[in-house]
Amino acid sequence: MEGFGPSFAFWVLAALTLVAAGGVMVSRNLLHAVLFLILTFIGVAGFFVLLSADFIAMAQVIIYVGAIAVLVLFAVLLTPRSGRDNGETRWALPGILLAVCLAAIFLFVVHDTAWNTVDEAPAGLDARALGTALLTTWVVPFEIASVLLTAALVGAIMLTRSPEEEAEDALV
Amino acid sequence: MTPGIEHFLTVGALLFCLGLAISLSKRNAIGVLMGVELMLNAVNLTLITFSRFAVSPNPIAGHTFVVFILTVAAAEAAVALALAVAVYRNRETIDVDRLNLLRS
Repeated sequence: MEGFGPSFAFWVLAALTLVAAGGVMVSRNLLHAVLFLILTFIGVAGFFVLLSADFIAMAQVIIYVGAIAVLVLFAVLLTPRSGRDNGETRWALPGILLAVCLAAIFLFVVHDTAWNTVDEAPAGLDARALGTALLTTWVVPFEIASVLLTAALVGAIMLTRSPEEEAEDALV
Repeated sequence: MTPGIEHFLTVGALLFCLGLAISLSKRNAIGVLMGVELMLNAVNLTLITFSRFAVSPNPIAGHTFVVFILTVAAAEAAVALALAVAVYRNRETIDVDRLNLLRS
């Protein structure tokens, strides 16, 4: 990863991602927090492009920025009375302390390890190789994931039905 | 300064810890869920980093893990937000420190 372009892209993306994640933490309005969350997802998608994972970056934009962000926005709008406040509980300080300690450990490990790395991107990181791997080596987890998605879809519909809708179904 | 594996791993670690702090400290259940999504994203970033930089005979394996994490994250978000809406319908609140029906 040589040259000015990747370095510039990395630092811009790092600043964007971490500042947006901090915005999720500090913003008082939950709708602003959701918008910062979308910005974080876009930054991570940029990192995926920088790490030559094109298909994953596309999937990140479609699934996270497209689907999950819209789901979170819907949930915020469907819970109007309590949905706007993004305050902390009284366990906020221990939680933040734990996160800071964990960050210190992670940073120590990352910078203390002698990583055995390659400079050039390894061959075979394209969408064709990913599809081949998913449908040969990992075909059983792939099918299980599809069953899981169907179960989650049915479960989400069942959980959000109102009592009136259930009463209507019981009569038929 | 050319970004190496340490830089990407540092961003992933900081993103994970921010998500942990958010999910441990927020009062709103949707805020907690946003912290969990940030942590999943940080893990994805770390896996893709190792897949790109590590000396491996099979570098696509990291990408495969990320595909499955994306799938499970989508299912988790759908069910968790449905739970939040259902809890709000019954209790008129989704503040996690006020959902204490089981406290004696």
